[in-house]
Amino acid sequence: MNAAALANPALAKDEFDPASIVTNDPVVRVEAISKHYGATEALRSIDLQFERGKLTTLLGPSGCGKTTLLKIIAGLVPATSGRIVVNGRAVTGPGPERAFVFQDFALMPWATVMRNVAFGLELKGRGATERNRIARHYIEEVGLQGFEDKYPHELSGGMRQRVGIARAFSVNADVLLLDEPFSAVDEQNRRKFQEDLLRLVEMERKSFIFVTHSIEEAVYVSDRIVLLSPRPGRVSNVIEPRIDRTANPDDIRRDPGYLDVVEEIWQGLRHYAE
Amino acid sequence: MSVMSDDTSVAPPAGATRMQSLRLFAERRRSFWVVLSLLALFTAWEIAGRIPISFAFPTFLDTLAAFFEMVGDGTMIRAFFLTLQPLVLGVAISALLGIGIGIAMGLSDKLEWLFAPVFIVLQAAPMAALVPLVTFVYGIGLVAKTLAVIMLALPVIVLNSYKAVRHVNPSLVDMCRSFQGSRRQQIFRIIIPDASPVLFAGLRLGVAAGFIGVMLAELLITPTGIGDLITYHRSVANYAHMYAAVAAIIAASTVTLALLQWFETNVMRPEKRRS
Repeated sequence: MNAAALANPALAKDEFDPASIVTNDPVVRVEAISKHYGATEALRSIDLQFERGKLTTLLGPSGCGKTTLLKIIAGLVPATSGRIVVNGRAVTGPGPERAFVFQDFALMPWATVMRNVAFGLELKGRGATERNRIARHYIEEVGLQGFEDKYPHELSGGMRQRVGIARAFSVNADVLLLDEPFSAVDEQNRRKFQEDLLRLVEMERKSFIFVTHSIEEAVYVSDRIVLLSPRPGRVSNVIEPRIDRTANPDDIRRDPGYLDVVEEIWQGLRHYAE
Repeated sequence: MSVMSDDTSVAPPAGATRMQSLRLFAERRRSFWVVLSLLALFTAWEIAGRIPISFAFPTFLDTLAAFFEMVGDGTMIRAFFLTLQPLVLGVAISALLGIGIGIAMGLSDKLEWLFAPVFIVLQAAPMAALVPLVTFVYGIGLVAKTLAVIMLALPVIVLNSYKAVRHVNPSLVDMCRSFQGSRRQQIFRIIIPDASPVLFAGLRLGVAAGFIGVMLAELLITPTGIGDLITYHRSVANYAHMYAAVAAIIAASTVTLALLQWFETNVMRPEKRRS
């Protein structure tokens, strides 16, 4: 892939994006969602559609309610009004079609990597042999083979989040909800992580909803970026970066198209920064 | 110390290597320091007894001799048999009831409102003052003594269990919910394991309080068991035997707490064994 083709986002879009045919089949629909915490208005009438097979990012400054919106989609936090439709059905709580990756990893410190990854299947009552086989597959997929019998405190932050991601994959949900998954990971590992995430997105053919406050991270990994503005949280813009992800990571990060999108988003958000 | 060992590493004389291996042993084994600390304590006791600081204060060796004499003639074993009855019964009831009530309070706001004030008052109350009341109602038998143990052990176990559940990592609970874990799975696979360190801390405090309770009962209600040995030997000025009885109950309490700790790290939280 040469730099000229990358520099033209529209061109890159045409040879990419096989999933555009299913635009009328949103995997998750957010309909008029509002959320109040007492007198505080966290989210005001959010309407969004998340395309199947795509990675959509919720991006915004702190206080814009992006994590709240993700947790409402996950069914972990009740909305004050509005509804969430997943695969055409309105949902009120967590369901098997959604899996969550937590910012603080949420690993059980008393359980090994293997048991942590298999925990979603354990809760569903799958047999030990079956769930360990599935767990082992995803442990390898996230690059943690050899660490199956380690405990979380024996792993680095980055490795712990790999456990969290493997656990979310192992329940075979349609939608993966990632709440700032790399914010507790150091910068070097973060980049490696983003590249690995793109590889997993490619391999697993699932839908991803990703929350981050890093503009670069959002542009690098997303098919679509939903910009939220704070107090109360509202959708302020939707951007499709149209980056060709078949290029190698270093080229993408130097691509003028990529840098333009980063700049465009920054211009949109800068007045929220104090 | 390190300078000396550096020198000796070139041509180690016999004395220095022994020092080194002793130091290595001390670094690896925590028990070395336990033994050292006990040795220091017993030596100080022996010296204090020999001065003597009081004619009613026996030396360590006299006390040890009295202890073996009492074990030999069976009085110590019989005394422990009597003391352990209300103790084991009381601690077992307090542990089961206390952890149960505490966890229930942690899980339900209604039960918290119902029980929390009661146990906070009970924990603050000087329980020894209530022991005569228990005698008044339940007499001087096993029931009264068991109640004395429960009165001391239960509040601390309840309040710690309650706090343990309230401080469970909320994101672990969310994680369990996000994978559609049932309430039951949430309680038994997430909340109780995550609460277990604080749960066990409460249990250890409860057991220690139980020992206080049983001694209060045996000294304030009627002298039986170890309490009887203490009272009797004090009354006949047999101080070595009295101290042996006191030391024996302290040792029993310490060993029980150590066993509890061992159980916690080896059975409940296997990850704590590593590193």
